[in-house]
Amino acid sequence: MRLSFFLREALRSMRRNAVPSFAAMATVLVTMLMLGLFIPVVQATTGAANSVRKRVLVDVYLKTSAKPADVARVQTLLHKTPHVGKLEYVSRDAAYAQQRKAHPDLYKLLGANPLPDTFRVTPDNPDNALALQRALAPPAAAGGVVPIDESIAVVKNRKTDTQKILTVTNMVKVTTAVLALVLISASVLLIANTIRLSMFARKREVEVMKLVGATDWFIRWPFVIEGTILGALGALGAVVLLGLGKVLVLDRFFHGITSVSAPHTVPFAALIAIVLAGGVAVSALGSGISLRRFLRV
Amino acid sequence: MPPSSAKAVIEFRGVSKRYGVGAVGLDQATFAVDRGEFVFLVGATGSGKSTLMRLLIKELEPDAGMIRVAGHDLAEIVRNRVPYYRRNLGVVFQDFKLLPNRTVHDNVAYALQVTGRTRREIRDKVPDILRLTGLSTKLHNFPDELSGGEQQRVSIARAFVNHPPLLLADEPTGNLDPETSIGIMQLLYRINRTGTTVLVATHDQTMVDKMRRRVIELREGRVVRDEATGLYTRDESTREFALRLRNDAPQAPEHL
Ligand SMILES: Nc1ncnc2c1ncn2[C@@H]1O[C@H](COP(=O)(O)OP(=O)(O)OP(=O)(O)O)[C@@H](O)[C@H]1O
Ligand SMILES: [Mg+2]
Repeated sequence: MRLSFFLREALRSMRRNAVPSFAAMATVLVTMLMLGLFIPVVQATTGAANSVRKRVLVDVYLKTSAKPADVARVQTLLHKTPHVGKLEYVSRDAAYAQQRKAHPDLYKLLGANPLPDTFRVTPDNPDNALALQRALAPPAAAGGVVPIDESIAVVKNRKTDTQKILTVTNMVKVTTAVLALVLISASVLLIANTIRLSMFARKREVEVMKLVGATDWFIRWPFVIEGTILGALGALGAVVLLGLGKVLVLDRFFHGITSVSAPHTVPFAALIAIVLAGGVAVSALGSGISLRRFLRV
Repeated sequence: MPPSSAKAVIEFRGVSKRYGVGAVGLDQATFAVDRGEFVFLVGATGSGKSTLMRLLIKELEPDAGMIRVAGHDLAEIVRNRVPYYRRNLGVVFQDFKLLPNRTVHDNVAYALQVTGRTRREIRDKVPDILRLTGLSTKLHNFPDELSGGEQQRVSIARAFVNHPPLLLADEPTGNLDPETSIGIMQLLYRINRTGTTVLVATHDQTMVDKMRRRVIELREGRVVRDEATGLYTRDESTREFALRLRNDAPQAPEHL
């Protein structure tokens, strides 16, 4: 009895305030649509950044004159160096074979093998790449760097490129997070305002209800239900649009790409759940804010 | 001060209410109303009639003194119990205070819905009370489609649908012509005859004189007169009552 009465009251009030109700619903729709876009974008960039970070390597090139004994010596030395994670040895012959396969024309021109023996060192943590490089080739007093073994020609890391990528992805993440936050608070405030307007328009009505003995919650429930329905409808609209976008754009034109470059994006079902719950939460929060202030008069 | 009578439905003891600086609402008001009485509250504008009513429905709190209704001290009713207290009162105002977006039927039904009555009870009770108040043909009209007298009948129907032991009316005929006013008073009298205590605040001196009920007069918040304007018989029927209201007053305009 109670629930059906409150539902009927909420629907009656939505019919009567069609325009502000629609505005509130549209606000939730836009916010949730943005959220539905931001979450995969942020996750995709994070995923991309992480895979770049995993590929952080320090390459130790030996001199072409290095003998197998030198290689063995450097290998034991590397094993003792701090921050060394994985160690991969690529002999000059193996490298030559690999490169010739990749660029046959280019390597046909070369007579002898110009490539050195190489150790690919993966740091135990991508952030230690620089420290590792410094350990293998400490700065010399005379300027420049001197490798720790005379057979090592040069120590290089690809950290500088990595750093740029990480900075960009971090910026993307921060910007989207700030935008999402702004949008969500804007829609909470808008919902709160819509409900407050609709309650203010019915201030006298609420007074009368109180006079005939209605409790605060008896007056409040229809408003809460109204807000929740509006939020759910808005979120539903956002989900429909997101679904259309996924089917018509993502799946058709970017088929495969999304899963390769962003292996860590949430599944679509979870995204829908987040958007729906978010929409209801936003509107519940919005109506809660205005109701608390209102009934205290 | 006399001990509180067991029969008293309303009891005011030294009740004072001041608004901000200067404005006196009530000043040391003391009186009691017994069960089943019909009492008029009169006085010039600003004498405190509405203040007294608003104190009774606990819209205001007194600065001093004690108010008891049906033996309960109003000061002891905490905020979230006030709605439950109000369900024992019927309240009628000069401006009707109807819900504008609801039909006559739904306005009356709302007073039952707040108390959590079932739909069946509402289906049973609302048509009954609307027949009593002569609104059976206006069931599905909205308040702005009714005359002032009809709207006041709706608000009386709403006030009485729960059969409260006490009915308060603050200038129920303030906006109505004399003939319509008699109809409203007749309705209040009919309700009074079912055993409900009725307290009516009014400016309408001729009406008060003709009705010959108990009169409490306020002046600047003080009770300056409290007397039963004798000669009235409690068992007068509603019809006799209405006849007397019309005939006793030669100055009352005749309506064709
Ligand atoms: N909310 C308020 N704030 C300040 N003063 C008020 C307020 N309500 C009433 N008063 C003052 O209290 C006094 C009593 O007012 P009240 O409304 O009780 O009079 P009343 O007898 O109902 O008058 P009327 O016959 O015109 O309705 C008046 O002087 C009025 O100005
Ligand atoms: Mg008044």
